[in-house]
Amino acid sequence: MKRVYVNEDWCLGCHLCEYYCAFANSGETDMAKAFKLDKAPVPRITVEEGDGINFAVQCRHCKDAPCVKGCITGALSINNGVIEIDGSRCVGCYTCVLSCPYGCIVIDEKNGGKTITKCELCTRNSAGEPACVANCPNRAIVFEERGED
Amino acid sequence: MPVNFFPAQFEVIRNTDKCIKCRACERQCSNEVHFYDADYDKMLTKDAQCVDCQRCVCICPTGALKIRPNENAFRESANYTQQIMIENYRQAGSGGVLLSSMGTPKDYPVYWDKILINASQVTNPSIDPLREPMETKVFLGKKPSTIKKNPDGSINTELPPHLELNIPIMFSAMSYGSISKNAHESLARAAAELGTYYNTGEGGLHKDFYQYGENTIVQVASGRFGVFKGYLEAGAAIEIKMGQGAKPGIGGHLPGAKIREDVSRTRMIPMGTDAISPAPHHDIYSIEDLRQLIFSLKEATEYKKPVIVKIAAVHNVAAIASGIARSGADIIAIDGFRGGTGAAPTRIRDNVGIPIELALAAVDQRLRDEGIRNEVSIVVGGSIRSSSDAVKAIALGADAIYIGTPALLALGCHLCRSCHSGKCNWGIATQRPDLVKRLNPEIGYQRLVNLVHAWDHEIKEMMGGMGINSIESLRGNRLMLRGIGLNQKELDILGIQHAGE
Amino acid sequence: MKYVIIGNSAAAIGTVQGIREYDKEGQIVIISDEKYSTYSRPLISYWLKGAVTEENMRYRDTDFYEKNDVDTLFDTKVIKINPDKKTITIENGNEVSYDKLMVATGSKPFVPPMEGLEKVEKKFTFMTFDSAKAVKEAIFEGAKVLIVGAGLIGLKAAEALEHYGADMTVVDLADRILPSILDTEASAIMQKHIESKGVKFILGTSVKKFSEKSAVLNNGETVDFDIVILAVGVRPNTELVSEAGGKVNRGIVTDNKQAVDGLKDVYSAGDCTESFDITSGQQKILALLPNAFMQGEVAGKNMAGKETYYLNAIPMNAIGFFGLHIITAGSYDGEAFVETDGKENYKKLVTKDNELKGFILMGDVKRAGIYTSLIKQHISIDECDFELLKNKPQMMAFTRERRNEKLAGGVGNGN
Repeated sequence: MKRVYVNEDWCLGCHLCEYYCAFANSGETDMAKAFKLDKAPVPRITVEEGDGINFAVQCRHCKDAPCVKGCITGALSINNGVIEIDGSRCVGCYTCVLSCPYGCIVIDEKNGGKTITKCELCTRNSAGEPACVANCPNRAIVFEERGED
Repeated sequence: MPVNFFPAQFEVIRNTDKCIKCRACERQCSNEVHFYDADYDKMLTKDAQCVDCQRCVCICPTGALKIRPNENAFRESANYTQQIMIENYRQAGSGGVLLSSMGTPKDYPVYWDKILINASQVTNPSIDPLREPMETKVFLGKKPSTIKKNPDGSINTELPPHLELNIPIMFSAMSYGSISKNAHESLARAAAELGTYYNTGEGGLHKDFYQYGENTIVQVASGRFGVFKGYLEAGAAIEIKMGQGAKPGIGGHLPGAKIREDVSRTRMIPMGTDAISPAPHHDIYSIEDLRQLIFSLKEATEYKKPVIVKIAAVHNVAAIASGIARSGADIIAIDGFRGGTGAAPTRIRDNVGIPIELALAAVDQRLRDEGIRNEVSIVVGGSIRSSSDAVKAIALGADAIYIGTPALLALGCHLCRSCHSGKCNWGIATQRPDLVKRLNPEIGYQRLVNLVHAWDHEIKEMMGGMGINSIESLRGNRLMLRGIGLNQKELDILGIQHAGE
Repeated sequence: MKYVIIGNSAAAIGTVQGIREYDKEGQIVIISDEKYSTYSRPLISYWLKGAVTEENMRYRDTDFYEKNDVDTLFDTKVIKINPDKKTITIENGNEVSYDKLMVATGSKPFVPPMEGLEKVEKKFTFMTFDSAKAVKEAIFEGAKVLIVGAGLIGLKAAEALEHYGADMTVVDLADRILPSILDTEASAIMQKHIESKGVKFILGTSVKKFSEKSAVLNNGETVDFDIVILAVGVRPNTELVSEAGGKVNRGIVTDNKQAVDGLKDVYSAGDCTESFDITSGQQKILALLPNAFMQGEVAGKNMAGKETYYLNAIPMNAIGFFGLHIITAGSYDGEAFVETDGKENYKKLVTKDNELKGFILMGDVKRAGIYTSLIKQHISIDECDFELLKNKPQMMAFTRERRNEKLAGGVGNGN
C-alpha cells in the first residue's frame, strides 16, 4: 500500500507540511482564512527538529495497529489500509495516544482536546492526495509504495 | 549609534491579512530578515539584511510577502547614481575592494538583442521539426581538413578525440566549493541524462561524481586544485582555464570558511585554508608554454581526450585564439564579460573584457581567414540566456555553447547576486549543510533536463524556420542573421548585414 | 469447527476478529449474561454525563455479528464448563457443545462486607451499562453522593455525576487517590484538581457503619448521602474455570497463547486472566481494555489454528478526570526522572536495567506512545538520546537506522 515516507536528507524543517495538512483538513478554501478564523486547525503531521536534522512524522498506517486495537470506543478503524477516526465516536480518552509508537495520534486542540485526530492520507478531505506531500518544497516527503503491506 | 549612510536596499512588504505566522520565512532566511515577536504576536523584519533572493516569497504558503526595491530617493544625478554613491559609502566604511557575484548588472549593450534571425518564405521551404528529423548533435574537436591515406591506399579514418553532444549546450564551469555538492550532482546527472557535459570548474572532482566521468569536463586552472592523474583520467575532456569572462586577468579566492571537509579533500588542500588561484598560470607565459601544458595533459591521458583552452573575451581575443588554435588545443572556449561568477571584484566584473558576441565573430573570422578554423572547435559562454541567443551564437560561428546562469536559474537561483556571502538561500552557492540540503538533486537535475530539452525544442523550431535541418548547416551561417540598430563598425565585426539589407 | 465465547466485551470481540482472520467458515457462538450487543464498558461514565449517546455506546457497529457470522445468545448465564464432554451448561440446563472455548468473563465489582450496608436503599456499583442506568435513575440535581473508593471507577463516576451538580464525598482507605496508577506526587496534583471541581476527599479511613442516609467513618466523621457508589475494587470472574479444573491464581492462568492451564481447548482473555507484566516481571491481572482485546485476538488466532503469542504485556492507562489527562505505563520501580511545572503538568520517567520501565504523564500527554514503545520494544537507553526523551517524546531520540526502519519503509508494525 502507498504510504507517506520522509527522507531526512531533504527535510528542511520548514514546517509547511504541518500548515498544508491543517489547512487541507480544515474544510476551508483559503489558507489564511483557515488559520485566522477562531482557533487554528490542527496538523496531523509533526515536524521534529534536531541538531541539523529534521523530519516529518505522521501515521504509518500500521497493519497491526495498536491504536485501533486499543481504542475503547471503536472510533478508530482500518478501511482499505487507512486508519480512520470517527470523530463522533471518539471520547478523547487518549488510549491511542498511549499506544501509538510513533506519537502520531494528534490531540485535537481545536476542540479543546475533546477528540483526537490523525492522518488519513487525505482520503477524507478534498485534497485528493496527501497535502503534505504535494506541498513539500523539497520532495522530502513522498507518497509511494515501498513493499510494506 | 553611528549614522547609517545608506538605507536598506529592499523593503519587505507583508500582508498581515494573509500572514498566518507560520514562520516559514523566518526558518528559511539565512540572512535573518524575518523574526517572530511574541509580545506583538507578529512577524517583523530587518529589511537592511534582505538581499532579495525571493526565498521567503516563494515559500510563503499564503502569498503574504513581497520584496520591493527601497523607494527611498537619493538625490541622484545621471552621473552620480545611487549605486555609485552607495559603493563609495561602503568603501569609506570598509576600506576594502568591493566584491560582487554573478554577471555584471550594468547596462552594456547586449548584441544578442540587436540581432534578428531569418526564416524561410515561399522558396527554400521551412521544416516542421515535429514531422521531420532534425539534427542537433555536434562533435567537438579537431576536424581533419584533408583526406589522409594509409600506406595500403585505404583512407585513414582515425580521428583525433572528440566530444559528442546530443545538444549543442554544455554546463559551464562552476567549481565544487563555489557551488554546493547538490548543485554539482544536479548538473552531473542532468548532463548524463541529456548526453552532454558539465564542467568541474577548478575545484576538483568529488569522489561521488566519478561515476559521471563520461559526461564530465575536468578543469585545470592556475591553482591546480584537485588535479592528479585519476582526475584527468576521470573526465571526457580536460579544460585549461586561462581566464574567466567575469574577471579577466585576475585569479580567484575561495575563503577558508568554505573549505570544509569534503571541499578540502576534493581540492586537496587543508581544511580552513584559503584557496587562492593565481592570476596567471605560473608555468604559462607564452603560447609555447601553453602548448607544453596541453601536451603534458594529452601525454598523461594517452591522447584519448580533447583538451579545451578557456579564455576570457578580451580586446585582442582573435589573435590569442589563433595562437591557441596553433598550440595543439582541440577546443577553444571563450567567455564573455557578462558571464557569471561566484565572486569577483566589482570593478573588474563591471569594467574588464568585451562582449561575447563581438569576440566570437572576431575569433571565428580570424580562424577562417587563417585557414585554421577546423583545427579547433569554438565553444562560447558568458551570458547566453536563451535558445535564441544560442542559435545566434551558432550562426556567428560557435560549435556549442556553455550555459551557467540559466542552469543556476533552473536550480532555483533568483540572481540576487549575493553568492559571495556564502549564505545562498537556495542551497546553490553555499557550503552550509542546512542550506545545501535545500537543493534536492532529484528535483534539480530534472529541472535542468527540462530546461535544456525546452531549449532544444526551440532551437529545432528556429532551425526549421530557416529551412535548416542540421545544426552543422547553421554553424557560421551569418547570412541567417541581421543586425538592428547597430552601427557599421559593429555590423562589420559581427560580419552580418543590417536588417532590410 | 465450533467456537464458543463466553462474554461479549473487548476480549470476546478480539477473539472473534482473531478467529475470523484465519477461519471464515467455523461457527462462532457468543454467550453473554447481558442483554446488549457489544458495548464499551469504559464509556458508561461518558454516557452518564451525557457525552455519549446510547447508540454510540456500541463497541462495534451493529452489523458486526452479521458481518462476522456470529450467533449470539444474550441475557444467558453460563453455569458450568464440562471439559470432558466439551460442552458448557447454560442456566436453563441446556448444554452447548464446543470445539474451542473462550472464557472472557471479565470481572465483577468487589463489595466488602460493611456494617449496615443493607439499610442503604440507593447503593450502586459502577461497572456495567445496567449499573450506570440504575445510577442515572436514582440521581437528582444536587444529590449528596458518597463514593467509596478513590480508584479509576470511583473517580470516573464522580466526574460523570458532577454534571448533575452532585455534592460528592469520596472515601478511601488508602491515603491518596488512584494509588494503582499514580505515584504520591501525581496523586496529590490530581486530588487537588478534582477538589477544585467541588469533590471532597476523606482519605486514610473507611466506612465503619452505614445507616439509611449517612455513614460513620472510622476516623469519627459522619458523611450524609442520598446515594452511595461502591467502587472499592473488582474481582475476576474465575469460577467457571476453577470449577472445571483450570488453574486459577488471582486470575485465570493461561500460557502466552492464552490457553488455560489445565483445560484442553479452553482459552481465556481479558479482565478475568493474568498476564505477565514485563516491566515488573510478575503475573498480574491487567484489567485494561486494550489488553483484553489483544489477548482475545491472540487467543482467537490460536483457536483458529494460527500459532500466535501474546507478549510484552504491560500495565498502561490513558484516562482523564475533569479535563486533566493522565497517561501511565509500566512499573515505577527504578531510577526516576521527574519534571513538573508546579501546576498540573507532571512527568516521571522510570529507568532500570538500562531500559525505560515506566512513566507517568499528567497534563501534557502528547506523543506518549513513543515512551510506551520504548518499554514494549525493550529499547536500550544507550541506543537512544535519553536527554531528548526527557524533554519530550520524539522519534529524534532514536538512531538514524531505527528511524529509517520506522519512518522510511521498515515494517509498519506497531507492536
